[in-house]
Amino acid sequence: MPRLVLAPSFILILIFVYGFIVFTGYLSFTDSRILPSFDWVGLTNYAKLWQQRNWSIAIKNLAIFGLLYIVICTAIGLLLAILLDQKIRGEGALRPLYLYPMALSFIVTGTAWKWFLDPGIGLEQVVQNWGWESFQFGWIKDRRFAIYTIVIAAVWQTSGFVMAMFLAGLRGIDNEIIKAAQIDGASNVQLYRRVIIPLLRPAFLSAFVVLGHMAIKSYDLVIAMTSGGPGRATEMPATFMYSFTFTRNQMGVGATSAVIMLMLIASLIVPYIFAEVRGRGDGR
Amino acid sequence: MAANTQDTAIRTSRLARAAIYAVLLVFVIYYLLPLFVMVVNSVKTLDEIRGGNMLSLPQIFTIEPWLKAWGTAQIGVSPTGLKPFFANSLAMVVPAVVIATLLGALNGYVLTKWRFRGHDLVFGMMLLACFIPFQIVLIPMATVLGKIGLAGTTPGLVLVHVVYGLGFTTLFFRNYYEAFPTELVKAAQMDGAGFFKIFYRILIPSSGPIIVVTVIWQFTNVWNDFLFGASFADFDSMPMTVALNNLVSSSTGVKEYNVHFAGAIMAALPTLVVYVVSGRYFVRGLMAGAVKG
Repeated sequence: MPRLVLAPSFILILIFVYGFIVFTGYLSFTDSRILPSFDWVGLTNYAKLWQQRNWSIAIKNLAIFGLLYIVICTAIGLLLAILLDQKIRGEGALRPLYLYPMALSFIVTGTAWKWFLDPGIGLEQVVQNWGWESFQFGWIKDRRFAIYTIVIAAVWQTSGFVMAMFLAGLRGIDNEIIKAAQIDGASNVQLYRRVIIPLLRPAFLSAFVVLGHMAIKSYDLVIAMTSGGPGRATEMPATFMYSFTFTRNQMGVGATSAVIMLMLIASLIVPYIFAEVRGRGDGR
Repeated sequence: MAANTQDTAIRTSRLARAAIYAVLLVFVIYYLLPLFVMVVNSVKTLDEIRGGNMLSLPQIFTIEPWLKAWGTAQIGVSPTGLKPFFANSLAMVVPAVVIATLLGALNGYVLTKWRFRGHDLVFGMMLLACFIPFQIVLIPMATVLGKIGLAGTTPGLVLVHVVYGLGFTTLFFRNYYEAFPTELVKAAQMDGAGFFKIFYRILIPSSGPIIVVTVIWQFTNVWNDFLFGASFADFDSMPMTVALNNLVSSSTGVKEYNVHFAGAIMAALPTLVVYVVSGRYFVRGLMAGAVKG
């Protein structure tokens, strides 16, 4: 009986996750265009993919976006967590205000930031109205800088969540360790740099994995803010995959890009899960 | 949050505390700014937005943008407003949450209290499924939905969300039931209680918190999903996020920023309400999803 109850879910996952991965993997070796085809073409699509200008833009953008997104979110998250941990009055009221963006859809976030950063009506206009007539902020319409506006919005959405992860880490640190260091005459700055932040290693690792994985998957926010534009300036792997598969009728290349995305995520997640499982086996 | 909520032993001077409060306050402004922008500009006239200051309060207060976003705004080719799509999202999210939560609870129960050979392998495979980029399943999913006649329908989207929600719902319940005393289950078995009876009478009554966490998690994810909606929905089954994006990025006609903001708040409202009502559980779900995998 028990196994019978589990079976439907397991079969669903087996087919819809693992079966589909195999299917998409197979398609990446075929000449599929509008519809799936089963004619084997070897590694042609992989060669084609890396020759695509759009794909190199997407990979470059992912590198810029991923790096900035992870670093800035971690920095803001850690800063807020440390500050909130100083026996702050009203912590209970502040925490939810930092975290609520996480409950929003990226499409909502994208809409808000798209118009707020729009040079015609948003921030640029506001600052000019305040009297700084020559102020300009047209990044979202500028090929060179558009990707950074997506970083701004993405950081806004997730940095509060990173704060929560670090705060949980901080609350788990034994006060005896801190007191011992204080007796040794450590200043607060030294305490954080030498003792507390090193103890937060697990939280850093979780934050890195979660943020990296979100960066690779980012799709909705890009679509809502710039639709991959101006031109293809904010192309990301996820938008590339979608447009090549469903609008440009190059399903083989689209499948190939999906396989690369899976490999990127796997290289992040699999070691992490193994470490977690092994760590637990050690009786943690 | 973590069960361990001790106060830190760090001591700070009065000056440092003032600075800390100042920084914390600046961040409050940063996080509230976009919400503020959306709200105030959703009740301004279009002229005022174009000519004025996005951060100022409305000079003329109007609910016209809200009425328009809800009932008459142009979505795609027809002037339906967002109303029908809000209904679509509800019709999709309710079954997707109920089914995935129920299955997750049963799976978690089996994986902890009725272990069989290879239970950890099964769980590991379900766990890994949580993290795949959905791009890897889009093409076969489109094919399969077409084959079984569910392409472009709400039941099709429900199926998709149940399947890809299962990993997490199972994870939540498994970790929760792991800590549930197995002796109680054993004792009930001695008394002759069967598989389902133990589940209903013993596990479910003490599963309140984890059910709330799971429901909130799944609700937020399904409501906020865009990729599956954009890939598999027809005009008649299009969820709110996709409709909102159509509204905001349609290139024809005047850009009605106030209507866009009103629509964005409508799309955000259900998850925001859930967050305000039960934020504690929302955070717990996030943390469990992040830290455990």
